[in-house]
Amino acid sequence: MPAFTPIKRLIVAAAAIALFATPALAARTADEPKSPPGGYSFNGPFGQHDQRQLQRGFKVWREVCSSCHAMHLVHFRDLGEKGGPFWNPKYKSTDNPVVKALAAQYQISDLDTTTGDPIKRPGTPADAFPSPYPNATAAAAANGGAAPPDHSTIVKARDGGAEYIYSLIAFGYGKAVPAGLKVGPGQNYNPYYPGDLGSYYTGKGKVPTGGFIAMPQPLKAGQVTFDDGTKSTLPQESADVAAFLDWASDPHADERKEMGTGAVFFMLILAGLTFLSYKRIWRNVAH
Amino acid sequence: MSADHESTYIPKTGIEKWLDTRLPIIRFGADYMALPTPKNLNYWWTFGGILSICLMIQIITGVVLAMHYTPAFNSTTNQAFDSVERIMRDVNFGWLLRYIHASGASMFFIAVYIHMLRGLYYGSYKAPREMIWLLGCVIFILMIATAFFGYVLPMGQMSFHGAVVITNVIGAIPVIGPGILTWLQGGPAVDEPTLKRFFSLHYLFPFAILGVVVLHLWALHTSGQNNPVGILIPKETRKRDTVPFHPYYTVKDGFAAMLFLIMFAVIVFFMPGSLLDPSNSIPANPLQTPPEISPEWYLRPFYAMLRAIPNKVGGVFVMFGSLALLFALPWLDTSKVRSMRYRPAMRWFFILFVICGVGLGWCGGNPPDVQVIKTDALPAMPLFDGDLNSFLWLARILTFYYFLFFLVIIPWMGLRETPLPVPESISAPVLSHGEEKNG
Repeated sequence: MPAFTPIKRLIVAAAAIALFATPALAARTADEPKSPPGGYSFNGPFGQHDQRQLQRGFKVWREVCSSCHAMHLVHFRDLGEKGGPFWNPKYKSTDNPVVKALAAQYQISDLDTTTGDPIKRPGTPADAFPSPYPNATAAAAANGGAAPPDHSTIVKARDGGAEYIYSLIAFGYGKAVPAGLKVGPGQNYNPYYPGDLGSYYTGKGKVPTGGFIAMPQPLKAGQVTFDDGTKSTLPQESADVAAFLDWASDPHADERKEMGTGAVFFMLILAGLTFLSYKRIWRNVAH
Repeated sequence: MSADHESTYIPKTGIEKWLDTRLPIIRFGADYMALPTPKNLNYWWTFGGILSICLMIQIITGVVLAMHYTPAFNSTTNQAFDSVERIMRDVNFGWLLRYIHASGASMFFIAVYIHMLRGLYYGSYKAPREMIWLLGCVIFILMIATAFFGYVLPMGQMSFHGAVVITNVIGAIPVIGPGILTWLQGGPAVDEPTLKRFFSLHYLFPFAILGVVVLHLWALHTSGQNNPVGILIPKETRKRDTVPFHPYYTVKDGFAAMLFLIMFAVIVFFMPGSLLDPSNSIPANPLQTPPEISPEWYLRPFYAMLRAIPNKVGGVFVMFGSLALLFALPWLDTSKVRSMRYRPAMRWFFILFVICGVGLGWCGGNPPDVQVIKTDALPAMPLFDGDLNSFLWLARILTFYYFLFFLVIIPWMGLRETPLPVPESISAPVLSHGEEKNG
């Protein structure tokens, strides 16, 4: 191989770099999510879910969201577990009368144990929430090609968590579409939905933040009547359903924080005792 | 274990005497704990003990998690994802086990990076401790592999697409790459066979790590601990300069470990999501690539080096080269002084190296074409394939420094710098022979 002069090497290096130049990646943007007035009760290291809010949120989810979205990892019994919307210290989650009555309202696909024929039977607390569509393909076909995401982990699967869900449905819809932004059929402009609108924007100035979401506006004011008399404004319904979904994503969060407080307190004492032992053992050693 | 460390164990009871002539395991343990240890070790030395705690935590939680995990995944069901969620929801304290295990990987890497930087700063890799360092490098590489396999197991979006990116990186190695790629993926693409072998290897590797840790400690007990002064302890001052490991360092390591575990607990109980990427809570969808793919923070410096090179094969060589250099370190360093405490000029290059590592991690977590300084005020400064004010070029500059540090600065500084006088012994506060350099 002939010896390369430094200049030649530089040229070769530059050519190599130019050859393998990587295409620019898309820059996704979205508006910073808002918190509900006063913030969520479950935020912060000691924050816990508010059971009444979870009940309201569940009602919104059941009457609105569940017609398109599945939640296959959540079981009826979970609603009656400690920290859940219908937890009652008098009952085990599977004996909870509210949970049992609720589960019985659903029809669950099963097999007849004697004939093996496919049947429908009333749900029990041990059953998971049935999905609105038989499979992902059917869900996509019924919704313009995009299957509505399963709600089991939706809050922990999104940047911004419950605040993001809240902002997306309470404030993201019904905004005036910025001039020069071309919204395709079956799509909705939402400033809280992360996306890159660069290639759809022909207006002046900066490309608007946000993206196109296939889901049409899911909630409107007064759509759900709350049992506890809370006024069902759009922000209220949105805040409550996002709180419920936060619980559904991580149902042991409240228990976790409670246990953590005790665990850290115990460990601090142990650390203090270890430090005193250290001081005592090393007291005669110059170091 | 140490050749010049006399056994001080005296069997007292009948059963101890009986056992001592047949299987002197109690003597082994007693001598192991009585290792003469320099009395000036600072808190940077506590991370060895902390790391063994991390390994134990990962193994114990991992063994239990494996009882509930299902390594199955196909185009219609994602049992792997669902079984991890089942652990979090339905297994008694499963959420605790899983959060400890998932955050534990990050804790493990925090500790191992501090442990390695401590070795680098105090010259713990230099003669006669090369074997300790080399075995440590082997452990580090096994840790990277184990962490990667483990990250794939929950089969979220980032698990799946991370597995695609990394296995393809290995496939880019000339000649042997494609074979290894097929062997790793268990087929033409990442699919259930990939998941099954990753699960198997993820269970196997920690025990391989444990084995190498035993060798690492054996080597340590043979050549003795380094210390912040960096000198070999002369025989005459050994009594004055060392203390038995137990109880002196068990209690000091114990205190440091408690502080570390408190930090660990705060993350596990109060902010377990802070170390987890939200997109990994979305079940894997092979047909939908996430907008940004980046590994966990602890692998990002290497990912940044991989992406900094515009050629895939070149990137792979740079990434593996950055690890290979660690093995060469004991022979790249020409300095006669171990501890950077006495190498003031070198200390600055070390600090720059730490900043470089953190900076590479930052680059690895950002898309390459994004501006480092987010501003419209700066004019565009295109250079070859990217703007100078982009993570691509920052990663290139830092990658350059990473290699410069090992290949030029370390060999050159050892020959050219004038170190400060090094004390003769740990107990000697006065530098009686200032000009003498210790070997």
